[in-house]
Amino acid sequence: MPTRARPRARQAKAAPAVRPVSKPARPDVELLRVLSNAAAVSGDEGAVRRMVLEAIRPHVDEVKVDALGNVLAVKRAARRRAAPRLLLAAHMDEVGFMIVDHDTDGSLRFEVVGGVSERVLLGKAVLVGPRRLPGVIGAAPVHLLGSERLEMVVRPGQMRIDIGAGNQDAARRQAAVGERATFATEFAVLEAGEGGAMALRGKALDDRLGCASLIGLLRGGPYPVELHAAFTVQEEVGLRGARVAGYAVEPQAAIALDCTPANDLPDSRGRENTQYNARLGQGPVIYLADARTISDRRLVDYLRRLAEDAHLPYQIRQPGGGGTDAGAIQQTRAGVPVVSVSVPARYLHSPAALARTADWENSFRLLTLALERYDARVLKR
Amino acid sequence: MTVDVLAHVKALSSPPGLSGYEEPARTVIRSAWEPLTDEQHADRLGTYWAVRRGQGAPPRPRLMLAAHMDAIGLMVTRREGEFLRVANIGGIDPRVLPGQLVTVHGRQDLPAVVVAPPPFLLPKAKRDNVTPLAELLVDTGLPAERLAQLAHTGDLVSFAQPPVELLNEQLAAKSLDNRASVAALTVCLEALQGRPLVWDVYAVATVQEEVGLRGAGTSAYSLQPDLAVAVDVTYGSDAATREFAHRTFPLGGGPALGLGPNIHAGLFAAFKACAARAEIPYTIEAMPGHSGTDAFAIQVARAGIPTMVLSIPVRNMHTPVEVVALKDIARTGRLLAEFAASLDDQFMAGLTLD
Repeated sequence: MPTRARPRARQAKAAPAVRPVSKPARPDVELLRVLSNAAAVSGDEGAVRRMVLEAIRPHVDEVKVDALGNVLAVKRAARRRAAPRLLLAAHMDEVGFMIVDHDTDGSLRFEVVGGVSERVLLGKAVLVGPRRLPGVIGAAPVHLLGSERLEMVVRPGQMRIDIGAGNQDAARRQAAVGERATFATEFAVLEAGEGGAMALRGKALDDRLGCASLIGLLRGGPYPVELHAAFTVQEEVGLRGARVAGYAVEPQAAIALDCTPANDLPDSRGRENTQYNARLGQGPVIYLADARTISDRRLVDYLRRLAEDAHLPYQIRQPGGGGTDAGAIQQTRAGVPVVSVSVPARYLHSPAALARTADWENSFRLLTLALERYDARVLKR
Repeated sequence: MTVDVLAHVKALSSPPGLSGYEEPARTVIRSAWEPLTDEQHADRLGTYWAVRRGQGAPPRPRLMLAAHMDAIGLMVTRREGEFLRVANIGGIDPRVLPGQLVTVHGRQDLPAVVVAPPPFLLPKAKRDNVTPLAELLVDTGLPAERLAQLAHTGDLVSFAQPPVELLNEQLAAKSLDNRASVAALTVCLEALQGRPLVWDVYAVATVQEEVGLRGAGTSAYSLQPDLAVAVDVTYGSDAATREFAHRTFPLGGGPALGLGPNIHAGLFAAFKACAARAEIPYTIEAMPGHSGTDAFAIQVARAGIPTMVLSIPVRNMHTPVEVVALKDIARTGRLLAEFAASLDDQFMAGLTLD
């Protein structure tokens, strides 16, 4: 699906090479569906990498896969002379599981990769290994457990994945030690009339939303910047792919496209929820500070002004913990000015995250504008 | 036998059919049983029965094969902004709910997820243990105004986990308790095609078992069977139930024949002999008190009915990923058919208690 950009009179004068377009830019939900359903636990990002490569090849001037598995692509500027080099990064990896042993009854022991709450594991379907073998994380039936046991949180070490192998040898043959597993959740779109898709439900929206946005941005353009896109690996285990990508690209500035938790649920005691981090429905989330970085003020101001001028909703993430690829990129070489723009979503790192279509669209529009309007003066102010 | 057990169980497990709201399940069952039986009826509480008439002179003795069709689930108790609070229908395990895919059956079906709020939004006393159902929320992702138009108190919420096929012809799905047993009844009816019967054989899909065996007693009252078999699921053995090994049964080991006060000893002996004759593997399940099945209610309907319990081992019971071995369903159906076909005019006279 071709990307369509917003009408913009001023920009058309500045860069007549950009094809004339009339409809607002929209991200590609069907692309997000296949990306969300794909399995790419940190360190094993091949499935998503293949999809990314296939999706972006026709739209970029250069593309390569680096030593860690990052996809690094370049889309040259409309007018190459002195075009600023901008890096946009979205991580391909997701949290999940690794198979570590086989019990005599053929059930699989696993360890958690990345930050998954042990409370969301019991009674879930998973897909194991490159053949996507279905399995389930079993739970003893309520009938056999006393009320005390039903209140106890089961630890991952006590849980097993059941693929129906029946015995240890069969289990070894079917799912080797080291294979990854993910939740088996199928992506779903909530159509609630009045304007079509309203909400998106799926696993790994963190950060397939970012990946799908970045693919969409590469399909658009060219822009007045030399756009470097990094689809990174191992974000969930310590922003490791972004670190080497930032070094390799050596950008003038960078934006991490990620997904941030909307903890905007009601307090069951009736108190105001003051620690929501971000809220669904309030538009793209611009970061000022997280545990890994303080965003470059000039980039923050640039994004805010763009949003305000275009009447796009946006929200400032409550400063706090967490971190995105921006934190690693900022520290590369002699330092890079960075900012993060996230789509707010609830229940990241669980079997099913929820995002609102409008937030994603507005985030995509903001990023499109950021590329279309960017010039070296942004950082001179 | 032509029933595709896998496809049939998937079709049966998919509709919601929560206790008291069994119509979606009944619709699937009706289409499966109608071509295999002579007469069908849904009674005033919703229990659906279909009968294969025997060839004996009326009044013919009646065999009731009962499997409950209702499923556990949730019901909306109120809206809270963009979220829904829910109560349980039947025995829900709160440990498996956070992160669970569900469908809210509002003005339209809404895909949603059950979630536990982050600890900072909970009272201190409720942060460490499993989050109780009253603290959980159901989220559709819709804005509050739209949600208010589409979802209301009393709307049903069913599990949305699609069925997945495991190795060795095992299926993981929701509501196998007790749609796996309904499938066994279909297998039985299919196996009886073309076989002469002396008795009338009633396949009965009962309602509201999960909330108190409510359809079983009432339908046994109406049907007045001479014998009844409750077909249900029992605990399958696996890693999660190792400490309860004495109460679990291997998947693929055939049906478990219940033995205890809910079960007529003579009928138990007859089933055991029938399984041996037909070379159907089975296990024996000790049921020292309440069998936890429809048999508990059927046994004391009217003046009392000799009852039997056949159980299909299912792992992870009352979770959306219950696991069953397809051959246990087929064997249970075949055993029921062999037993039904073996019944003659003399059976009741020979059925005694020591």
